[in-house]
Amino acid sequence: MATIVESDTAPQDSTFYLVEQDDHDHADASPTALGFWIYLMSDALIFAALFATFGVLSTSYAGGPVPRELFDLPLVALNTAILLVSSITYGFAMLAMEEGAVRRTQAWLLVTGLLGASFVGVELYEFSELIAEGATPQRSGFLSGFFTLVGTHGLHVTVGIIWILVMVVQLGQRGLVLENKRRLLCLSMFWHFLDVVWIGVFTFVYLLGMLR
Amino acid sequence: MSSTDANFDPALHKHGDTHGHGSRRSYLIGFALSSVLTAIPFWLVMSDVLGDPGATSIAVIVFAVLQIVVHTICFLHVNTQAEGGWTLVAYVFTGVILLITILGSLWIMYHLNTNMMPGMMTGQASTTP
Repeated sequence: MATIVESDTAPQDSTFYLVEQDDHDHADASPTALGFWIYLMSDALIFAALFATFGVLSTSYAGGPVPRELFDLPLVALNTAILLVSSITYGFAMLAMEEGAVRRTQAWLLVTGLLGASFVGVELYEFSELIAEGATPQRSGFLSGFFTLVGTHGLHVTVGIIWILVMVVQLGQRGLVLENKRRLLCLSMFWHFLDVVWIGVFTFVYLLGMLR
Repeated sequence: MSSTDANFDPALHKHGDTHGHGSRRSYLIGFALSSVLTAIPFWLVMSDVLGDPGATSIAVIVFAVLQIVVHTICFLHVNTQAEGGWTLVAYVFTGVILLITILGSLWIMYHLNTNMMPGMMTGQASTTP
């Protein structure tokens, strides 16, 4: 009895799953996108901890320099603009990908990567200026929190740039195959996520810092 | 693309535009809104328009929240359809945890500073044994 029942249901089950898999031929339908989203959300919790730490230490100057003396808002505004423009250039890369234009996708990715590199460059310049003024991470709790939070974001952007370069090479080698589309979708979420984190950084670290 | 099409609104899938990707229009709208929502808080702080740090702080935070919402919708394309709503559920959950972590830490540490360590407030060593 049991064997008959099994042999009756097994083919139906496998057909059911096969149909599902046939439908999931688009990059979006892959579980990777949702899995990567969950990773981004856990990454957001890392930033939550760093924001909380910075918030608690934000007035622990230990007699050292205060934000008003340290921060150069025009420079932060420039960096914010660079990152915002890089968000839309990545959007253009995704649109080019949708249209199946490999060269145009690569070109927009390179523009995005260059903007990302200028962002990191400006940030490193800012850090070097601060350290030259004696405002090192060891100076006060405020500066430890500042360098850890902003540095972690900068490190993420650096990883994003490396990933962009890898994708430009992979697109050159294999074109817009399904796997590359899926990777570009994940990288898109990563890049836009970093811009969202930066909104928190420029608001809570720089703008509110200047108001204290 | 046959049986699962029933789960999705075909109107959302014009010219191969699916969840996870945006249209040119959504990117341009997102960029325009973000530019405005970035420029205003910088202007408020740099030119000291409101003249009151408290009011400026609140305004700046409101603009940041608005911009995060714009980015989430226009760039990250989080909506009720994407991944059957799971990205939205995970996003809202993360938002709640984020607020608990940040506001909870600030609240607790503020009270520790003001209520538990009198010496810290006066800058002198505590006199309590």
